[in-house]
Amino acid sequence: MERTKSVADMKPGETAVISGFSDDIFSVKLLEMGFLPGTAVRFNFKAPFGDPVCVSVSGYDLSLRINEASTIIILN
Amino acid sequence: MAEKIKIALAGKPNSGKSSLFNQLTGLNQKIGNFPGITVDKRTGVCQLSDYQQAEIIDLPGIYSLYPRTLDEKIVAEIIADKKGAHFPDYVVLVADATNLKNCMLLLTQLIDLRLPTVLALNMMDLAAQSGQSIDIQELSSSLDLPVVMINARTGQGIQELKKVIVESFNPSRKSVFQIGSEIKSLVRTIKDRFNLATEYEAYQFLQQTDNLIFLSKEDREYIFAQAKAGQFFPHKYQGAETVMRYGFIQDLLNKVILKTSDPEWKKFSYRIDKVLTHKVWGYLIFFTVLFLIFQSIFAWAQIPMDFIDSSFASLSNSLAEFFPEGPFFDLITQGIVPGIGGILIFIPQIAILFACISVLEESGYMARVVFLMDKIMRQFGLSGKSVVPLISGMACAIPAIMATRTIENWKDRLITIFVTPFMSCSARLPVFTILVALIIPDVKLFGFFNYQGLVLMALYLLGFFAAIFSAFLLKLIIKTQERSYMIMEMPTYRKPKWANVGYTIIEKTKSFVFEAGKIILAISVILWVLASYGPGEKMSQAEQIVKDQSFNLQLTEDELQSRIAAYKLEHSYAGIIGKTLEPAIKPLGYDWKIGIALVTSFAAREVFVSTIATIYSLGSTDDEQTIKGRLKSEINQETGGPRYTPAVGLSLLVFYTLAMQCMSTLAVVKRETKSWKWPLIQLAYMTAVAYLSAFIIYQTLS
Repeated sequence: MERTKSVADMKPGETAVISGFSDDIFSVKLLEMGFLPGTAVRFNFKAPFGDPVCVSVSGYDLSLRINEASTIIILN
Repeated sequence: MAEKIKIALAGKPNSGKSSLFNQLTGLNQKIGNFPGITVDKRTGVCQLSDYQQAEIIDLPGIYSLYPRTLDEKIVAEIIADKKGAHFPDYVVLVADATNLKNCMLLLTQLIDLRLPTVLALNMMDLAAQSGQSIDIQELSSSLDLPVVMINARTGQGIQELKKVIVESFNPSRKSVFQIGSEIKSLVRTIKDRFNLATEYEAYQFLQQTDNLIFLSKEDREYIFAQAKAGQFFPHKYQGAETVMRYGFIQDLLNKVILKTSDPEWKKFSYRIDKVLTHKVWGYLIFFTVLFLIFQSIFAWAQIPMDFIDSSFASLSNSLAEFFPEGPFFDLITQGIVPGIGGILIFIPQIAILFACISVLEESGYMARVVFLMDKIMRQFGLSGKSVVPLISGMACAIPAIMATRTIENWKDRLITIFVTPFMSCSARLPVFTILVALIIPDVKLFGFFNYQGLVLMALYLLGFFAAIFSAFLLKLIIKTQERSYMIMEMPTYRKPKWANVGYTIIEKTKSFVFEAGKIILAISVILWVLASYGPGEKMSQAEQIVKDQSFNLQLTEDELQSRIAAYKLEHSYAGIIGKTLEPAIKPLGYDWKIGIALVTSFAAREVFVSTIATIYSLGSTDDEQTIKGRLKSEINQETGGPRYTPAVGLSLLVFYTLAMQCMSTLAVVKRETKSWKWPLIQLAYMTAVAYLSAFIIYQTLS
């Protein structure tokens, strides 16, 4: 079975669909901010040292740390 | 006139809540404290109509009732405590019309709590620009609540918002969130036990038991026991609740958004981001911005500061001539008036720094600063937002510590507050320049680098590394339950609104003068008493004693007065403390004269220079050459050599770099952390670090 991919694995400009979360505590906050399973997330760009990253979801732009982004599982 | 009604402003960060608050209340704003948390309570009075006034409370910006930071807990507390002093009669939910989806989550929670809520759609102009169009009628009828379009920047729609509230309306009858059948009976039990109006309130009692401070201990234990028996898992249910709410919101938006926004409209913002978060240009621009901020507090503030300084000095002098002599009038002219001057002198720096910071915040650039710096700063237990306070600390720690307010995470903020005073501020410069000029020869290394300049730079670096090292240490020590999140909105770039910048300056200045100012005034009066009064008769007879002693010396009047001043200081309480300190500071190479200067310069570091001038009978000069010359010729009685050897000088320099030695900083830390615990720990820690470092320096060099 292929390893699950997360938002942290995405490349700038890429778009994917959120399928779930791997961390219970983060997931509650991520859901509130609009990271909903089934919605599209676009990876915009990352900070010069690779962390944090900027993504678009639910109509706005958010920055989040790599360790937070890696808990958002994507389909591709 | 009818009784004042209470209105709460709620909404996510960057929704324009503060602009609306400023529009509604103007200058009738008051900053107070919420018990137990560090966020300021912003309230204000608004004239809704000829007959109706309202008290407006600005709640911290939140996405949902579930808090992400300690400070956000207050929202659930206020909204769930019906008997509380702040429980609102009406709630205005400020929503960013360009991004309705994320504003609606909180709104649906308020609806389920049956709070009379009006939806204020802000930034309609931007929404229109983006090509979006919303069916307001449909939105209002679907949610069963009033919807008003506003522009919080220009004030459009504010009258209508006021009118809606004055005419009164009922809470929405909608119910968005359906509580699952497996916990239904549990929720009902809680609802009946506490006599609550809605099931969702009972559900919140279960979800946020610990955050609702108004509940008694027994009540909480009761809820916990019920939750355990009913197998209630807060996190699991929170996630499910959010998903359900967004399901409702999506259906609603599909219905009311007639035309979605064109993604092209953000293109301009993205293009700016390409430059501002670039790995070379991004940092280059950021450091230029930082340098400009630093330069403006360091240089521009000097002019008004000098003006305040000289005005208070002449005020004090003319009052002294006007009043008769006596201890009470001395207290006014020499204690209180200079004390007030010592508070007001910080205003230019505070005003300039907050003008800069609020421009950065308003324009959306601050979020990019955090984005650029987060990774680097996190290594040291700091956050991306710590950079601006730290650099500002090189001008003055007072506004810098006030600027840590923007750091949401409590641990990050505390660490930043704790280490900022290590950054070498402008008050250290007078001490540095005198001592460096005294002990470091004015020669050049390789005919190029000035030794004095190198030492000065080394001192700045020492302060910087002390800050970084202490931050790292604190990161390991301080334990917190709060998990560090950095999920942050990157707002679209906007022109700052100057009125908001002005309100920020007024708010920060007011809160400094009226809260930290009290402590600063009290300490400066105490220090003045210590330096002006002493036990026994030596103080009152100082003039006679000095005259007798120097009878043969044929002194001029000025020289005589200087000697009297020195004699008085020596025999004052401060002098006695300085002498008592001597055994403790001897290992650092200091005598009691320096001891006195250490005591008095607790008011502010630069006081060291004037105290030294007084104690060496130089009168009230602050001429660097005079003081330098006098210090050079001072003899150490024990060794017969000069008092200020390089070892003593370096030890003093290191001590002043690292020691707290600033009562105003303590006062402002007390105000920002809302307790004496942290300023006292900070004072003890910094003094210990300074003492040890000075000890090591002196012992190795001498």
